[in-house]
This record gives sequence, C-alpha cells and structure tokens, in this order.
Amino acid sequence: MKLAVWTYEGPPHVGAMRVATAMTDLHFVLHAPQGDTYADLLFTMIERRDHRPPVTYTTFQARDLGSDTADLFKTACREAYDRFKPQALIVGASCTAELIQDDPGGMAETMDLPVPVIPLELPSYQRKENFGADETFFQITRALARPCEKTPRPSVNLIGATALGFRHRDDITELTGLLLDMGIAVNVTAPMGANPTDIARLGAAHANVLMYPETGESACRWMERELGLPFTKTVPIGVGATRDFVAELAQFLNIPAQLDETRLRLPWYSASVDSTYLTGKRVFVFGDGTHVKAAARIARDEMGFEVVGLGCYNRETARDIRATAKEFGVDALITDDYLEVEERIEALAPEMILGTQMERHIGKRLGIPCAVISAPVHVQDFPARYSPQMGIEGANVIFDTWVHPLVMGLEEHLLHMFRDDFEFHDAAGASHHGGKSVPRSAQSDAADETGSMPGADAAPVTGTGTGTGTGSDVVTWLACAERELKKIPFFVRGKARRNTEKFAADQGLQEISVDTLYEAKAHYAR
Amino acid sequence: MNDLAPLPATGCRDVPVLRERGQREVFCGLTGIIWLHRKMQDAFFLVVGSRTCAHLLQSAAGVMIFAEPRFGTAILEETDLAGMADAQDELDREVDRLLARRPDIKQLFLVGSCPSEVIKLDLAKAAERMTVRHAPQVRVINYSGSGIETTFTQGEDACLAAMVPVLPQTQARELLLVGALPDVVEQQAVGLLEAMGIGPIRVLPAPRKQDELGVGPNTVFALTQPFLGDTHAALERRGAKHIAAPFPFGEEGTTAWLRAIASEFGVASDLFDQVTAAPRARARKAVAQAAEFLTGKSVFFFPDSQLEIPLARFLTRECGMTAIEVGTPYLHRDLMAPDMDMMVQGPVFSEGQDVDLQLHRCHAARPDLTVCGLGLANPLEAAGLTTKWAIELVFTPVHFYEQAGDLAGLFSRPIRRRSLLKLDAAQPPAARAEARR
Ligand code: SF4
Repeated sequence: MKLAVWTYEGPPHVGAMRVATAMTDLHFVLHAPQGDTYADLLFTMIERRDHRPPVTYTTFQARDLGSDTADLFKTACREAYDRFKPQALIVGASCTAELIQDDPGGMAETMDLPVPVIPLELPSYQRKENFGADETFFQITRALARPCEKTPRPSVNLIGATALGFRHRDDITELTGLLLDMGIAVNVTAPMGANPTDIARLGAAHANVLMYPETGESACRWMERELGLPFTKTVPIGVGATRDFVAELAQFLNIPAQLDETRLRLPWYSASVDSTYLTGKRVFVFGDGTHVKAAARIARDEMGFEVVGLGCYNRETARDIRATAKEFGVDALITDDYLEVEERIEALAPEMILGTQMERHIGKRLGIPCAVISAPVHVQDFPARYSPQMGIEGANVIFDTWVHPLVMGLEEHLLHMFRDDFEFHDAAGASHHGGKSVPRSAQSDAADETGSMPGADAAPVTGTGTGTGTGSDVVTWLACAERELKKIPFFVRGKARRNTEKFAADQGLQEISVDTLYEAKAHYAR
Repeated sequence: MNDLAPLPATGCRDVPVLRERGQREVFCGLTGIIWLHRKMQDAFFLVVGSRTCAHLLQSAAGVMIFAEPRFGTAILEETDLAGMADAQDELDREVDRLLARRPDIKQLFLVGSCPSEVIKLDLAKAAERMTVRHAPQVRVINYSGSGIETTFTQGEDACLAAMVPVLPQTQARELLLVGALPDVVEQQAVGLLEAMGIGPIRVLPAPRKQDELGVGPNTVFALTQPFLGDTHAALERRGAKHIAAPFPFGEEGTTAWLRAIASEFGVASDLFDQVTAAPRARARKAVAQAAEFLTGKSVFFFPDSQLEIPLARFLTRECGMTAIEVGTPYLHRDLMAPDMDMMVQGPVFSEGQDVDLQLHRCHAARPDLTVCGLGLANPLEAAGLTTKWAIELVFTPVHFYEQAGDLAGLFSRPIRRRSLLKLDAAQPPAARAEARR
C-alpha cells in the first residue's frame, strides 16, 4: 500500500484508452464500474476531442457482483459491436474487474464476433498508464500485422503517437515533412490515425521510426523480430538529436542523410547576445524518460544551461535515465512520488525547472520558473497553434518555450542596473507575464537601508544548508550579510547563497559576514 | 409581496418513470471529496483504493493542485491483495505516518472504493481500531464512495450519513441545516432564518470537529441538497424530524424552503414577508435578466449530480424553459415529491441510464440546451448542440436568493455565447462554399 497525493500516470487501462482513442475503426470494451467513465473527460476536455472515446464500459454495480457481471460483459460486447461495427475489438478489465476475474478476453472469444477480438492483460496493481499503452499497441500489432511486400520506394512507419500525448499531433506533422525532404514516404502512422487494416500492412515499410519509446517500444521490438523492420533509437527532439536521427535513418535505408535546416533558428538565437544571460542557468529536468533525456542534452549543448539534476517518473526508462545522469555527473531521481520530486527541487534550488505540469506547480510554490517538457498533459499542452517538439520546428518551439518563463536578457540587465528603483525591483517579475507588479514597501526599503555594517544586535539567520554535502557544520548568516544578499538580483541570489555557504563551509567558517559574501564572490568569479 | 404562483393542477409526483439499466456515464461517490475536504477544514479523506481512484480524484479536481491537499489515496498493490491481515497492517502504518506528518488533522475519513469493497477490506473495523488508537486527537470514520454503490453526489450523502451516528445526543430544540454548501451561501441562509427569530441553527457538516452539534428527538432538520437520502434516514433514526420542502434553488424554491422552516417555528407571516421581501425582489430581478435568453427554449438533462429535478423545476417555472427529458441517476420519490408537485407535466423522467440510447434521444430532440457531464459536452457541442456541464452546478454557489441570478446565468451563458460567436464567417472561403453546398 502506498499513499499517493498526485500521480504522474493513470492506471494501465487509461493507457489502453489512449491507444484506442488515437486509432479509428477500433472499439474497446472495458469491464469497469461506472465511476471509471471519468476517463472520457480526459480526452474530451483536456484534448478537446469532438468525439467520445471509442470505449464501452460495462458499469457493473454491487448488486451485479457474483451473479451476472459476466452476462453484462457479453451484452455490452455484443451491443458495442452491433452499434459501432469496428474492424476489431480490444477487451480488458479495469482494476475492479480484475479482482472479480470474469476473464473478458476468454468470454469475448466464445462470442463468435465476425472481427478480430484482442484480449488485453492490464495488471492494475503492478503497472501504470504508459505500460498499458505500450502493451495494448503491442497486442494489436501482434494480432494484426503480417509480413507483406515492401513498398517500392523507401518508406517508414511512425510509431508511438497516442491520444493525450505531449504534442504528438504536431510531432507527426513535423516528422512527416522532414521525411518527405529526405525522399522517404510514411507507410503507416500508428496508433494515432491508423485503423486495424493499416496495422495489417505495417510490414510494408522499410523501417520504423520509434517516436515515443514509452508507448511504442514493445511493438517495434516485435516488428524487428517478426517482420524484420529495424527501428530508430534516437528521438529527434533538439538540433543535435534531429541530426543524429537523420543520420541513423539514412543508414538504415541506405540513402544520403539530408536535412533541410533553412527554417532552423535555435542555434542562432542561442548564439545571439541576448542569450548571454542563459549561460550557466541551473536547471532541474524531470518528466518521462524520453523527454528528459532529450531535454538534458538540449539544455547543456544547445542552451548553455547547467543541468543540476534530472529524473523520470516511469520506471521503464530508469536505466536509460541513470546512464544519462551519470553522463551529466548528477544523481538520477527515479520516482513517481510528487513529494520526493518537490524535496529534491527544494534541495537543489535550481534557477529553472524543465518538468511536467506537476513541477510547474512545485515551481509556482517555490518561486522557480518552469517550462513544461513532458506528459502528464494539461489543457494548456494542446495549443491551437502548431507547436511540435520534434525536428526543426520543434527545436525553435523549445527555444521559445524555455526562454518564456525567464526574464529576457536585456530586461535582466535593466533589472540589475535599476535594482534599487522602487518599482523596478526583483518582485516586479518579467514584463511579458501577467500579474500585477507589487511596489516594494516603504517599510522593507527602510529595513534595507538601516546600516549595512554588522550591528551587535543583528539577529543571525541560519543558513539554508541546501544539501551541498560539505560537512555537518551549520553556517549562520549574519543579518548584515543577509541584507547584502538581498541586494543581489533575485535571479542570481540562489546561486550566490549556495556558493557563499559552500565557501564558508570549505573555509571552516561558522558565520557569514558581508566580507565572506564578497570573498566567496571573488572565489567563484569566472 | 406576491405569494407563490399557483401550483399546476397536476404535478409530476405520480408520472411514470423511464427506468434504464445500461452503460452509465457518471462519476462515482469519491468525487464528493473534492468539495467536502474544502468544507471540513480539519478533516483528511483517505481513499483506500487503486491507482484509478487516485487518478479520478486528480482528474475531477482539475488543475487545483494545492501544496498538499487534505485527501489522498492509499493505493492497493499486488502484495495487499494476497493477504487481508497485511492490508490492515499496511493501512495502520500509512495512517500513523499521515497523522504524524499532519497534526492539524482532527477527523480522518477512511473512504472505501470498488477494489476495497470487492476484496472485502473491513474499513469499519479499521476505523474503530484507529479511533481507539488516536483518541482523543483524531476521530476516524469510514464510508464508501465506491462506484459500484454510489453515484457522484451520493458520496457526500454516504459521508454525512456516516457522521450522524457519532454525533452527541442532545435534547435541545435546534434547527439543523444539512448539506455541504459554500460558506457564503450558508451564512446567507442562517442570516435570513435568524432574522425571523429562528435558532439556534447548526450546520452539518460543521467546518471543524470542535464546532460540532448534537442531535436528538427535538432536532428538526432541513436538507439543502436533494441527494441526501441516507443522511435523512440516519437523522430520522436518531429521532430528528425532517422539514419537507422544495429545494432552495431560485426565488420560488428558496421562498418555499424558508417558508416550510418558518411555519415549523411558528414565524408570523408578516415577519416572514418583511425578512424575505427585499432579497426576493432582488432574486426575481436577477433571474429575469438571465431568463431573457432562456424563455421559450428547451432543456434536456442527462443524469449526473442528482440536482436535475429541482433545477428542471427552477428552469421551467422561473425561466420559462420547457423540459424535454429530466434524467436522474436515481429517484428518491419522497425527497423529490415537493419539487415534482410544482412541475408541469410534460417532460420524460428517466432514472438510471443507457448512455447510447439517451444520446440517441437527445440528438433526435435537438434541445436548445443539454445539461450533461464533462465526457459528453464537447462531443455534443461538436454535433451542434449547446451544453452546460453539470459538475459546475455542484462546485459553484447556486443556492438561495442571492445566487438565483447566478444559477440562471450558468444556463444562459452557453446559449448567449453560441448566439455571439460568428464562427461561420471566420471559416475560409472554401469551407464556406463547401458548407453551403
Ligand atoms: S468507480 Fe470504483 S474503482 Fe473507479 S474510481 Fe470510483 S471507486 Fe475507484
């Protein structure tokens, strides 16, 4: 038993729904109680879908238990077929139905429906949403895909995009264009946009592009084994990764690696002087494994940030993320416990978070800007505009998205210049964000003014000791030093505090005075 | 001040009801936690359930992510399902940890779910044990919000009904208002009743454990929400007397509800009029403004919050709408009788659901406004229908005089919006030509 407050992933049957909803002409019969129908609103509200997900729930009640839940399932299955006439059915159980052991798969098989019926095993008490999506798509592929003649010209399948995915809709468009530029056709895009007939001809492609390992890897591995389709291991998010992806694919297909970069702006935007202020920004990266791995690379190599910590919530990618963390010289945080993530962020005190909607809330509470890079999704993650993460335009979008929560370079410079101005101070925030700017109160001004020299009565403030692991001594900030620290612009204040504390601890000092602060500044100057 | 409009010669009390038993598209009772935990400020709601239950709560709560909300889910895992003794021990451990971390918690609700019911995890026993263990700081109560037993707002009913047996005994003649309402709304009702000289007035649920009330043979109670059937029964078992009335939605409903209480307490009619005249006039004016967009329009209710019947009464009598179908998850005839008496015959009343059949009826009827759950709203809008999501009716202050206009506004806004948008003109010329063909 584990206490959960907020969860990153839903149960596995929600993953199955993401696959079913992404496809067409497929119907999902789910043995589940009425309350589980809440899952429909994820699709109709968050993603603004204009159709109900293709799911029939049996909605059994307490009075049905032990007597006719099995009949209910069969009736629901029969009626769903008659009403929707799908090309194939998938059947499964939610957490409650798993306990009553009606065996939906077995029952559906005995019903002689005129279309393929694919049973799903969705172990609700062990696994989660991403597993459910991956497993469902794998079972559909295994049941329907057959070896077939290859297309005459080079072609690939785009694998892994589902409903409720983080920018999946636009990533498909971007990659389809990128492939077209290389002279590669898209054979099938699946699950998103495919029907069961399309699944049957997956084998006609020359290779698979695995867009999202979370939801497509099992199927790709099976197709590699059974249909001889190699699949790409690089996820083309970021400039470097996109170039690597193109090279990898070109090698599979034995064609020249060519990438049209005329629309690519990230490298120049990052090199231009306004971006100088991005240098060494300390960022913490958290989300699903795929997006975290990609984001860490972009953060370091394409934005010039310093990655101070990273992690993922889906255990399936833990090994990959541990390897990435090692490469970046940080500890990987593999957890689906929101409170642990919050604790780590608090300890690391980054200047920015690249995370999920959960981390956005953590950031809001701690006053740390956050850009969203990964599912779980929120209605904001389905913008009306074209907004991919992959390929050339994806890189441009990422640059804009990540810079948005920060104050702009020139603005940061002005804040620094005018930091004593009563309305142009730290708490004013970036000018392109909403919210009323709070004038600095006369009282706190006065407090700041009263003597910058250490006074005998100055109450010392205990250092935050933010887990730098530099000995057990508690370093104390003298009030004057604390006041001096406040004069440092807020966007570097966290760094200054940590550096000073580390410096003091290294020097074996118990107290931090104004002098210590400036000695530390000189020490770390670069 | 005018009295109530005359009742229709034949109300809807005895009309036959269409009973359906197919796929239901409704929340389970766990959803009530979203508003109950805001109301009871020293309570924590611990669902003993699955990842699905946790996900439901999170999805229903939407983006309201608090630092650490006063609810959570103890997620059952494979190992808990193997042996019962383990699950009880595990629960003790999680609760000990939780209470150690949250010393502000004075009431803990152990909330049962479908999985905990199916494996017959005895939460009543757990609550008893924990009450002894954590007394007197924390009281532990259990109820079920499971989807196999409760529908959406029934969770609040189950919660309040579970609190009734542990309320202290009293002989005092007190008025008890039952139902979790937003504070501002609750204070309005209490203010009006006190102005008529009625008191002392208590409210269930109380915001804090220490403000708690007693119950006994001299208690009289009024329900503010129509879904409190089990709580009603539990209070009657404690000897309390129910004041039957229409529910306090709209000017008429509020007046009838107040009048029923006033006559129980022997309030003179001129005092009643004096206290209610001004707010009644305000409510009528406010409703009239919104009703401008509602008059002559038709409405179709999918079963959802259990508020459907009183709201249909409000919309048909005060806003000039016609009801086509009034669906409700289940029909508590006795509690609904005063509202049904006031309704003009005509609409189909349906109980339970077969969502595909009901959608079919809805598409065929093409109502001007459809009141439905969040899962259905956008698909219906895409099919050209105008919708109002029912969940907002539960989360928004809509009771009593001062909110009557807001209540009407919730229904008129979608209709006004549709009339304001000129989206056809925004279509590209090609699509317009296509559409004209
Ligand atoms: S219907 Fe049952 S299993 Fe589903 S969320 Fe509600 S209590 Fe949990």
